[in-house]
Formats: sequence, C-alpha cells, structure tokens
Amino acid sequence: MSLHTEPVVVNIGPHHPSTHGVFRMRVTFDGENVQDVEPVIGYLHRGTEKLAEERQYSQVITLTDRLDYVASMTNNQAYVLSCEKLIDIEVPDRGKYLRTIAAELQRVASHLVGVGFFLAELGGFGGTALMYCFRERERILDMFEMLCGARITVSFMRIGGVFQDAPEEFWPALRKFLDEMPGYADELNKLIFESEIVQARTKNVSVISADQAIDASLTGPILRASGVPWDIRAAQPYDAYDQVKFDVITAQGGDNFDRFWVRMLEVEQSLKIIEQCYRDIRSGPVRSTTSLLFRPSPGEAYVPIEAPKGELGFYLVSDGSIAPYRCKIRSPSFISLTLFKEMLVGWKLADIIVSLGSLDFNMGEVDR
Amino acid sequence: MSTVISGSEIAVGLGKQFEGSILNTHDNFILVESQKIQEICSHLKKSPKFNCVLLNAITAVDYVEFFELIYQMTSIVDNKTCVIKTRVFGREEPSVPSVVSVWKGADLQEREVFDLMGISFIGHPDLRRILLWEGFQGYPLRRDYLEPPLPYSWPHGG
Repeated sequence: MSLHTEPVVVNIGPHHPSTHGVFRMRVTFDGENVQDVEPVIGYLHRGTEKLAEERQYSQVITLTDRLDYVASMTNNQAYVLSCEKLIDIEVPDRGKYLRTIAAELQRVASHLVGVGFFLAELGGFGGTALMYCFRERERILDMFEMLCGARITVSFMRIGGVFQDAPEEFWPALRKFLDEMPGYADELNKLIFESEIVQARTKNVSVISADQAIDASLTGPILRASGVPWDIRAAQPYDAYDQVKFDVITAQGGDNFDRFWVRMLEVEQSLKIIEQCYRDIRSGPVRSTTSLLFRPSPGEAYVPIEAPKGELGFYLVSDGSIAPYRCKIRSPSFISLTLFKEMLVGWKLADIIVSLGSLDFNMGEVDR
Repeated sequence: MSTVISGSEIAVGLGKQFEGSILNTHDNFILVESQKIQEICSHLKKSPKFNCVLLNAITAVDYVEFFELIYQMTSIVDNKTCVIKTRVFGREEPSVPSVVSVWKGADLQEREVFDLMGISFIGHPDLRRILLWEGFQGYPLRRDYLEPPLPYSWPHGG
C-alpha cells in the first residue's frame, strides 16, 4: 500500500550556500521527489548593459570584471575583442599571446572552482576536494596579481592589447605552475575516481541529450559533455588560438559526471595551450597605440569567445559617439538555466544541488 | 574562421516563399518583416542548406523610432553564422512572434528582452519579467527610461 503524500512548495535560496550566490529555486516536492522547479533570478541584477551605455568604451572594461567574477579575464577578452572589431585595429603578437595565456589560466581557475564546489556539494568530500582546488587556484590568482596588481577584478586586457607586459617574476612562476599542475590534477583525479560516492551519485543523473543541449542554446562544457564537439576556440579562433594545438574534449553521456569530467580534462588542454604559448611568445609591443577615447564609426560588432562557462560575447552597437549605443551581453550562465526544469524534474532533493554544481553557473553573469 | 553568410545569400536560400517579407539585404545580415520572423527562423533551422540549429543570441536595440531585434544563429556542422534582423514599430505595445517553438534556447532570452525592453513575444509559453520583479514600472533598457523617484522604485522599504 502506498502512502498518500501531498506536494509541498519549498523555497531554496537566495541565501543558501550551495546556490552559487543569490540563486533561488521554487521547488515543488512530492516527498523527496522533485515535481516542478522554477528558477527565480535577478537578485544580483546591476544593470550592466545600461551602465555601459553611459561610459566610454574603455571604461566598460571594469564593468565586465564584475560579470562572471571567477573568470574576469575572459570577460575582459570578449569585450575588448568586440571593441577591436568595431574600430578595426590589430593587436600586436605579444599582446595576443599574453591574452591567451591569461585567458587559459583563468579557465583553469574557473574550472577548479566549478569542480571544487561540485565535489563539495556531493557532501562526501566536505572540504578536502574544494581545498585541493582552491590551493591551485590561489597560485593562478598570485600570477594575476603579478600581471596587473589585482586578483579577481583584473581589468588586465585593454582595447588593442593588454595593460602592460608581464613582469620578470611572472615567467618563473608560470614555469613552476606548468611543471607542478599536472601532478596536482592527477592527485585530484585519484581522489575522485577512487570514490564510489562520486560515481554513484553523478552517473546518469540529470542527463541532457545532444539535441536538447543544442536546442536550448547551451554552449561550453555542458554542450561538449553531451557529445557535441563545438568549441569556439577551435571553430572561430581569436587571439593566439589559431597558433596553438589542442583537442576539443567531449563526453557522450551528458550527465552530471560527464559535465564535471569534461572540465577536468579541459584543465589539461588549457595547460597544453599555455605551454605552447610560453614556448612561442616573442618580445615586442603588447599594445597597439590606440587612444583611450575614440569614436567608432556607426556600426555593430559581435565576437564570440569560449569563456570557461560557454559562449560569451558582447554585441556592441555604435552610433559614432564616445559611448556604446547598446552593449548586449550574451552570457553563457544565463542561457545554461534554460533546461533547468527538464534536468531536475523526477530527481531527488539531494540531486538538485549536485546538478546545480554541474552546470557551474555564476550569478554575477546570470543577473548582470 | 567561421563565415557569416551574406544577406543576399540568405535571401536566395529562403527562396520564393519569403520573397515578399525580405526588406533589405546587407553584407552580413538580412532585414525581414517582423511578422514572418518565426517562419523564417524555422526555415533556416530546418533547411539543410543553412542548418542553423544553434541560436546564439537575441539582441534588442532601441532606436527610438523603432526597435531592432537581432537573431544570431550558427550552423555547428558548417561553422557558419546567419544574422537576421527585424524591426518592430510602436512604443506602446510592440510585439513579434516568438521563436521558442523553433529553439527552446529563446525562452529565457525573450523573457529578458520583454523584461528590459518591453517587447512582447506572441506565442511565448511563459512571458513574465525575469531579472526585475513583478510590478516594476517601465522598461529600463529603453533610451527614454527615467528612474522613478526613490520611494516608488523598491517594493519594500529600501
């Protein structure tokens, strides 16, 4: 005989440690099973697109830092690439390589945060895996501090290149990181792979098929985990990505485990890219001589990049004045939430948190 | 590098069926009639010539006389991008057909455009504000938006 139960609506968040910031879900439970879920967002909406309309082009760079605040470098990169297309300038080679190195370091840092929280949310590891991840991320942030004096809100990239050339102490630190990081990544892999908790809790949970993922405009690791080899770094190379070789990582399952595993493997590929840039970078100017204040001729520009969380791009519309007429942000985290309901209905309360972790979204970017 | 399909190429690909609804072609985009947007998007997604299965972004720009909606879509197999633009006139109740039935990915993006620009999408399954709260007055990304005096801008205290 089955027990009669009634659906209960529960609010999770916005102030809940496992919701990655200020994310709120209105979940309808039947017992422990999820019947319906609705994401409620907007708690971190700062109106970045509106703010950008009243700032000069070069002043918007600092706003982009605050979008995805665990991956500021790639936000800078997407914005300056669009600006460069708008005013049609070329970036010196050294600038391109420095940007690529910075962006890939940022990808490693962002994926470490994603993976770390994902494992912490599984509960079994508590802090161990998270601390492993944050230990390595800390070294990357130290390197960012050498590059530009800031750790999180970097504003390192400028229209026409980067803020300044890397200081002398940066290169030995990078070398040391490149030598040691594969070992640390292995350590983390062992911790995960030998754990039954991870395998049992994440395999075949919240599966997204390839067709579903494409239809819902998902990009980045989420799309690749569903088996679609779509990576903008390879398909539409920008900066120095046409000079380096790397593999586009895919997995076939589209479940929580694959999304997390794709990120782990992408860390390796990022290290490979940084290694090639480290080898190939030549001395020279890092920034083209563009004035800070400029008036692009009326027109539009959009350059998509592969940010750690997916396709990021700024759609800039110029009316010939010193400020963008419109600055639309195509943020991957926001669009990742499209399939939220489909992913979670039918699973249990504990799976919600893990699936959230596997999407690896960032509220700064969702709400903008 | 990817290639952006030129407007005239899109016009040829769309064929006789949509001849009347194409308003203008350009080097890297095509301007179409707003009422036909859903059918054109559906055609671009399904026809093997374009195969635009991935909707990248929906952007709305307020040009005061009209709103411009920009649909960017990509063919993953051919690595080609199409840009479709359409213009919506009227500031009171501007509306266009929704493309959610074509791409599920348009769901949140159309809600965002509705929230911040105030353009209604006819046929959207759940058109509500998304970033701002229910009861918010006005559409902040419009060029003529003015913030109301403080006591009315936040629902409770503040």
